Amino acid sequence: MSGYFQALLDPSMPFVRNALIAGLLSAVLFGVLGAVVTVKRIAGLAGAIAHAVLGGIGLSLFLAAKGVLPGLPPIVGALAFALLAAAVIGFVSLRAKQREDTVINAIWAIGMSLGVLFIAKTPGYADPMSYLFGNILLVSGRDLALLAALDAVVLFLAWRYYPQIEASAFDEEFARVRGVPTDAVFVATLAVTAVAVVLLQTFVGIVMVIAMLTLPSGTAGFAARSLAAMMAGGAALSAIFTVGGLAASWSLDLPAGAVVVVIAGAAFLAASAAVAVRAGKRRGGRA
Amino acid sequence: MTIERAGTAKRAVAIRFESVSFSYPATPVLEAASFHVHAGEFAALVGPNGAGKTTALRLILGLVEPDSGRVTVLGRSPEEARDAIGYVPQHASYDPAFPISVSEVVRMGRLRSSTRRYGPEDERAVERALSLADVEALAGRPYSALSGGQRRRVLVARALAAEPELLILDEPTANMDAESEGRLFETLGGLKGRATILIVTHDTGFVTSLTDAVFCVGEGGSGGRVVKHRAVPAAHAASVQYGGSALQVLHDTALPDTGCCPDDRDGYPERSAR
Repeated sequence: MSGYFQALLDPSMPFVRNALIAGLLSAVLFGVLGAVVTVKRIAGLAGAIAHAVLGGIGLSLFLAAKGVLPGLPPIVGALAFALLAAAVIGFVSLRAKQREDTVINAIWAIGMSLGVLFIAKTPGYADPMSYLFGNILLVSGRDLALLAALDAVVLFLAWRYYPQIEASAFDEEFARVRGVPTDAVFVATLAVTAVAVVLLQTFVGIVMVIAMLTLPSGTAGFAARSLAAMMAGGAALSAIFTVGGLAASWSLDLPAGAVVVVIAGAAFLAASAAVAVRAGKRRGGRA
Repeated sequence: MTIERAGTAKRAVAIRFESVSFSYPATPVLEAASFHVHAGEFAALVGPNGAGKTTALRLILGLVEPDSGRVTVLGRSPEEARDAIGYVPQHASYDPAFPISVSEVVRMGRLRSSTRRYGPEDERAVERALSLADVEALAGRPYSALSGGQRRRVLVARALAAEPELLILDEPTANMDAESEGRLFETLGGLKGRATILIVTHDTGFVTSLTDAVFCVGEGGSGGRVVKHRAVPAAHAASVQYGGSALQVLHDTALPDTGCCPDDRDGYPERSAR
């Protein structure tokens, strides 16, 4: 474990420090956005958006390699597909609820399949696994700047519209009666989630971004007394899981994103078990 | 004693439906429904499940618009009247894992469309509402730790925090124990006369003794209309029902919508209404 901390201070290994900074910046998004996604119960929607991103990445790689749009970075296609998926899911959720599940699952599957097809037809070598599971050690200075900017936007929106976000998630109909534009809050949440997913997938990858959007905030939710506390607790836990996961992955020579998610999942399951045991004891005491 | 007053003095009208029709795709719900509730009245909107009570409620709250006809609330369109409406939903979709305290839930009653801050007047209104609904002792507790009856009274407090002119309660006694029911109607009894109160319930047989007017939706043969009935003290109803001796709804009576109001104006200052 001490080897990781020595590497952090080693000037010849800036990627280790970048990975730590990326983890800490991501923790803010995982905490704040994760709490909203969890209490609004839209993790499935976020999952569909995340998986649609692979289609955009594949298309970008294909167009760049074929010389149609030379130098097109994968993040451009990822962002376009994420926002398109968010728009379709938002429209279907608000206007055609009876087909919501089918459409969400279709976007999830089609997005992934398109990604695999485009990558298969892209000249040269491209490994879909690196996009599915991420590689935090490849985080660039530009990624850090984008993450910091998105952190600032998400923190501002959460602070500025906290009462409306809380009310929309707790009791949407009541919030509408009070004049809150709940549809706009929902669409904005999906759009911000889409952008966040695009940036976060470079860290933990597409498959695991949803786990990190739900597990830390879900764990924090067991003890939190308010949505704000859940956001702060989720961010703090994400930071702990990330630093712990990076250190463990360095020491054990394992993929960092997977280690972080395993730690987050283990913490969530342990907390769930503790809550269930405590509830059982309380019921037993009453009987 | 019959509770329908046939007075002819001009009284302000809090809710007015004028020939309101509403249908979901291929399913007509309300057809040319006309009724009105006077300001300060305690009214009950009753009807079997699926009759159109919730649709009428959503029209009053401005959550949907009628296909034809007009709904006015406190002399305004429902959207314009929202700040003056306190609403207690049935709240079947409550998420028990939502981390929120009772005082935060009640403060939601002061929520505005985009303002972030709650001022001292908001805090005073929240304290008054907690006291009126008799839930002051629960203020610091997690909402998820409450019983169903306590939660319903907290939602009443949330509605009262808006200091409403019109208080609407959707199935307020659903899944409620007798003690909570009694305390709820004690609170509503204290509010009677200070605000217009509308209770929506599927119990078509009996209503609380606080009731001034009973409106029945979707009765057999009424064709999606709303019919006003008389209600009289029930000889055989359980004494604890709705916090006191209940009134029995006389479904064989049909009172005309215009019978109590020789002057058709709502009694509120003229404002634009859709």
